[in-house]
Amino acid sequence: MRDTCKTALLGATLLLATTAGARATEPIGPSDVTFVETAVSAPLTGTPGNPAEGRKAFANVRMGNCLACHKNSEMSEQLFHGDVGTPLDGVAERWKPEELRAIVVNSKKVFGPETVMPGFYSLEAGVDVAEAFKGKTILTAQQVEDIVAYLTTLKN
Amino acid sequence: MRLRTIVPMAVGILAVGLAGAGLRADPVEDKLVIDGEVELVTRAKAPEGHPFDEVVSGWHYRTDETRALQQDSFANPAMLYVERGAEIWKTVQGAAGKSCASCHGDAAESMKGVGAHYPKWNAAAGKPVNLELQVDACRKNNMQAEPYKFDHADQKALVTYIKHQSLGAPVAVDLTQGAMQSWWDKGKDLYYTRTGQLNLSCASCHEQNNGKYIRADHLSQGNVNGFPTYRLKDADVVSLHGRLRGCVRDTRATTPKAFSDDLIALEVYVTWRGTGLAVETPAVRH
Ligand code: HEC
Ligand code: HEC
Ligand code: HEC
Repeated sequence: MRDTCKTALLGATLLLATTAGARATEPIGPSDVTFVETAVSAPLTGTPGNPAEGRKAFANVRMGNCLACHKNSEMSEQLFHGDVGTPLDGVAERWKPEELRAIVVNSKKVFGPETVMPGFYSLEAGVDVAEAFKGKTILTAQQVEDIVAYLTTLKN
Repeated sequence: MRLRTIVPMAVGILAVGLAGAGLRADPVEDKLVIDGEVELVTRAKAPEGHPFDEVVSGWHYRTDETRALQQDSFANPAMLYVERGAEIWKTVQGAAGKSCASCHGDAAESMKGVGAHYPKWNAAAGKPVNLELQVDACRKNNMQAEPYKFDHADQKALVTYIKHQSLGAPVAVDLTQGAMQSWWDKGKDLYYTRTGQLNLSCASCHEQNNGKYIRADHLSQGNVNGFPTYRLKDADVVSLHGRLRGCVRDTRATTPKAFSDDLIALEVYVTWRGTGLAVETPAVRH
């Protein structure tokens, strides 16, 4: 644990120290993400998010499965959009990219502990996590970056 | 057998398709009348201490086609299980050479209304038992037969048959017997405990969000008055513990064991949440 912390911290420092576009740094671990109020400014990885990949991860039921709870008109080719959460149309105009990152990483830090939206890059899970998912985040750091990049394209 | 199962399945697929067409937020206003004769109570004033004012059957949250299937006992595919249950009821099994009928006679009389009061405190077991466990106890102690394996087709058929004898009777668990209240308390705790990687509790979906859609599924209050229930998605009858296991597993949590203390406690509590609703067994759901 201590080792991973150190590596992650080092990763974060490196990220800060190098200019944008730097590659091959370790992703920031889920326990090392820094929230400032409702924002996470530092990208989780050194590879900028790819909106096309993010679009796929958003819809994929084994990845983001965001359509389970959110309507998204930009994806009208997909059947059945849920309405447990807010429609995401024009979401990029309501939240800054660093806020969207915070929402996807751990929505509870933004909406409060009662929200039903899962934390997609958080280890704050419920009890009795199934063996296959223990100690794992729902999305990888890169998938979060990709989805955030996709969300920033959702303008009215 | 084939035809009766396949036709409703096709209707089911159609029904799911329609559900997504218009996102309807409210449960449908309609009356549940079986074969144009028996009207069932699908909305009831909630018991004291319930989070809602009114408890509503899951039937109201299903599409026109699915609701219609349940209203016609010829079209309801689970009626085959009722028929199979009636056969098992009078079949001799086990070393004692007895059938259920040997002791209980005509189920239409002896089992009338019985299922509406389960789970029920059982002093000998020192815990609440549900119908599956009661049937197993009779098989073991009174017939010298093996208990059923969980979700064996015969277990589902027999329990569906017994519960069907309570069709229309209001769900009423007796919390005054034995330690029922503490099992209810434990069940309530579990109901509000978030589980799994997705970090959701029963209440996250069935209390906070009933009436909303989670992808194509219209979330109901999660009442149990229709179990065992025919599920179009599975093209099969689903037991209550089968359904509860599925709902927990979907939060990416360890799937609890059928008839474990946790699931029995949850059954006590969830059954109470549907107090006053008519037993609909066998209900039809997606
Ligand atoms: C289990 C349901 C659920 C899932 C799955 C879910 N969300 Fe949410 N989300 C919500 C709810 C509910 C809210 C509203 C916040 C609140 O009040 O809790 C929300 C809010 C949001 C918001 C803020 C919307 C606004 O306009 O204010 C964004 C952005 C968001 N979610 C993105 C996502 C993304 C991206 C995914 C997939 C990776 C996702 N959500 C998956 C339930 C969900
Ligand atoms: C040898 C007689 C005998 C046989 C055979 C028998 N039972 Fe029972 N059953 C009883 C007795 C006695 C009780 C009540 C006391 C108890 O709980 O054991 C009972 C109770 C029950 C109850 C609970 C009734 C209530 O009011 O709560 C159910 C349900 C039941 N039996 C189902 C069955 C089924 C199904 C079978 C066949 C698989 C079966 N029994 C076979 C004797 C029998
Ligand atoms: C992620 C959301 C979710 C969670 C969490 C969840 N369920 Fe469900 N449940 C569903 C969906 C979807 C259905 C099918 C549609 C409906 O009836 O709501 C369902 C159906 C049911 C049904 C069948 C209702 C009927 O009318 O036949 C019961 C009972 C039930 N759930 C109980 C529970 C219990 C108890 C828990 C907690 C252990 C739980 N559920 C957790 C989503 C959920």
